[in-house]
Amino acid sequence: MTDTLNLLIGIAAGLNLLALASSRLPSMIRAAALQGLVLGVLPLLLEDDWSVLLVAMAAGTALAKGFVIPSLLRRAMHAASIDREVEPLIGFVPSLLLGALATILAMLLSRSLPLLPEHSRTLLLPGALATAICGALLIMARTKAISQVCGYLVLENGAYLFGLLLLRSTPLLVEAGILLDLTVGIFVIGIVVDRIQREFDSLDTRNLTELHE
Amino acid sequence: MRALGLVAVPAVASIAALAWPKQATRPLLLPVAAFPHLLLALWCLIDPGPPVPAAWLAMDVVARAVLPLVSLLFLVAALYAVAYLKLRAERNNRIFVAALLGMLALLSLALQAQHLGLLWVAAEAATMVTVPLLHFNRSARAYEATWKYLLVGGTGLALSLMGTFGLGYASLQAGGAGDLTFLSLSQQVHSWSPPWLTLAWVLLLAGYGTKMGVAPMHTWKPDAYGEAPGIVGTMLAGGMTTMAFVAVLRVKAVVDRAMGPAMTTRTLLGLGLLSMALAALFLLRTRDFKRLLAYSSVEHMGILAIGAALGRAGTAAALFHVWTNGMTKGALFFTAGNLRRIGGGRTADEVGGLRHVAPASAALFVTGLFAVTACPPFGVFFSEIQILRAALDSGRPAVAGGFVACLLVAFFGLTRLVFAIVDGEPKTVAPPRPELRDTLGVIGPPLACLLAALWLGLAPPQLLADTWRQAAAWLGDVP
Repeated sequence: MTDTLNLLIGIAAGLNLLALASSRLPSMIRAAALQGLVLGVLPLLLEDDWSVLLVAMAAGTALAKGFVIPSLLRRAMHAASIDREVEPLIGFVPSLLLGALATILAMLLSRSLPLLPEHSRTLLLPGALATAICGALLIMARTKAISQVCGYLVLENGAYLFGLLLLRSTPLLVEAGILLDLTVGIFVIGIVVDRIQREFDSLDTRNLTELHE
Repeated sequence: MRALGLVAVPAVASIAALAWPKQATRPLLLPVAAFPHLLLALWCLIDPGPPVPAAWLAMDVVARAVLPLVSLLFLVAALYAVAYLKLRAERNNRIFVAALLGMLALLSLALQAQHLGLLWVAAEAATMVTVPLLHFNRSARAYEATWKYLLVGGTGLALSLMGTFGLGYASLQAGGAGDLTFLSLSQQVHSWSPPWLTLAWVLLLAGYGTKMGVAPMHTWKPDAYGEAPGIVGTMLAGGMTTMAFVAVLRVKAVVDRAMGPAMTTRTLLGLGLLSMALAALFLLRTRDFKRLLAYSSVEHMGILAIGAALGRAGTAAALFHVWTNGMTKGALFFTAGNLRRIGGGRTADEVGGLRHVAPASAALFVTGLFAVTACPPFGVFFSEIQILRAALDSGRPAVAGGFVACLLVAFFGLTRLVFAIVDGEPKTVAPPRPELRDTLGVIGPPLACLLAALWLGLAPPQLLADTWRQAAAWLGDVP
C-alpha cells in the first residue's frame, strides 16, 4: 500500500514540475487536472476499510479536481478565445529549477518534523510542502488569469495532501475544508474570470495594472 | 442558543433579501436584521451566562470583547446603506444586500468559533461572500481589485488551512485525541514538537495575517478599500480584520501555552513594526484619499499586532484599540464615500476645496482624521497610549520608540493629503448633482461613529474595559 501511495505522490510532485514547465494553457490545465485525479485516489490507499463516506469523498474529489474544474477552465479559455501561450513572468527553465529546488527544500524541511508511526514511511508531508510551494510559485510567476487559477489549484492540492495526514483523526474537518474550498472557491473564481473577460476582452492580468503604487 | 441566534438572524435575513421582490424596500432588511443582532450581542455582553465546555460555537469572553463592536458597526453601516442604495437606484441591490447580511452572519460565526476547523471554514466563507460586494461598482478598476482580493485572499486561506492541519497534526503527534477545540488544544501542554508548532504558527500567522492585512501581506487592501463602496470598506476594516485578529489571538494562546511566548512575541512585534513603517511611508506618497484609508488600516493592524505581543496589558489595550479604530474607520470610510461622490474625483489632482462643495462631510472627514491619528480626546489616543505603556512596562523602549516614530510619520502623511483635498478652491467647474448633497442619511452614520469614538475615549464603559481585561487574561492563561 505504502509503495503505491508514495508512487502516486511522486507522480503528483512530477506534475508540479510539468505545470511549471508548460508553455501552453491546455497542457497546464491538463497537468493540474491529472494531479487532482491522482490525489483523489489517495484516501482509498490510506484507509484499509472503506466506508461509504470515504469512497464518496474520494470520488467527489477526483471528479471535481480532475474533471469539473478543468472543464470550467477550458470553457473559460474557449469563450474568451484567449491565445494559448502561457506568457510567464519568470521563464520556464528558471521556474523549473525553482520548482526542483522547492521539492528538495520540502524534503529537507519535512525531515525535521516528527511524524506519527503510520505516516513515517509515506511521502505525504514532503509532497504536500513541495506542491504548495510550486503552486505559490505558479501564482506569482504567470500572468494570465487562467494560469494563476491553475497555480491556485496546485496550491490547494498541496493543502489537500497535508490534510490527508489528519484523515483518520478528524475526517470531518478534512472533508469539510477541502470540499468547501473547492466548490466555493472555484465557483467564485469562475464568475470573476468571466467578468474580467467581459470587461477587458482579455484574461491577461497585466491589463489589471491601473491600481498600483 | 444566543450564540446560534447571532448567526441565524443575519443568515435568515440574507436569504430573505435574495427572495425579496422589491428593489426599493430591500435595503431596509439591513437595519431590520442589525437591530436584533446588536440587542442579542449586548445581552450576551451584559449577561454572559455560564460557559459551555467543549462547544464548537460559543459567545465566550473573547467573542464578547469584540463582537458587539462588529454588530454596532454593522448597524451604523446598515443605516448608511439605506441612504446609499437609494442614491444608486440604477444598480440591482439584491446580491449586495444579501452578501452584506451573509458577511455579518459568517463574521459572527467566525468570532464565536471555538474549533480550529470551524474557524477556518467560517473565515473562508466570509471571504467568498465578500467578493460580490467588492465589484458592486462594476468598473474595470473594481474587477481588478476583486481579482487581487481573490488571489491574495485565496492564497492566504490556503496557507491558513495548511496551518490548521499543521496545528492539528502537531496535537496528534503530541498525544492528542484529535479534539481541535481551542480549549482542549491549550489544555494539552506536554510534549508538543517545537518544529511542528513553529511551522503551524508561521502558516496560520501568514494566512490570517493576510486577512488582517498586515505587511507584507497587505497588497489586496489598497485596491479593495479604494474601489469598494464605503460600507464595504467599513465592514472589511472593522469586521473582517477584527475576525482575523481574533483568529491570530486564539492560535497564539495555544502556541504560547505549548512552547512559551518567545516566538509569537518576536514574530508579532516584527510584523507589527514592519506594517506600521511601510504604511507610514505609503501614507506619505499616496494621492488617493480612499487608498489613504487602506494604508491607515495597515498601520492600525500593525498596532494591533504589537499590542498582542505585549502580554496581558498589551492584549487588553489591543482589544480596546479594535473598538476605537473600528469606530473611527467607520466615520472615515462613510465620509470618504460622500466626498468621492460629491467631489467626483478620488485623488488630490482631481479634487480640491471640498469644504466648499460638501461642508458637512469635509468637516467630519477632517475630524475623523484627527481621531485616527490619535488626537485626544478621541478613543484611539487612549488605546494607543495603553499599548505604548505596555511596551515601556515590559522593557521594550526600542519598540515604543519605533511605534511613536511611525505614528508621527503617518500623521504627516494623512494630514498632508486630507488638507490638500479639503482646502483650496474647488477644481471642478460643474456643481455636483443636487441629489448627491450632504443629507442626514449620509451624514448621520459617520457622525454617530465619531461620537462613539469620542465616548470610548472620554468614558469607556466599565463593563467593556472589564471584558477586554478578562479576555486578555483568558488568552494569556487559559484555565
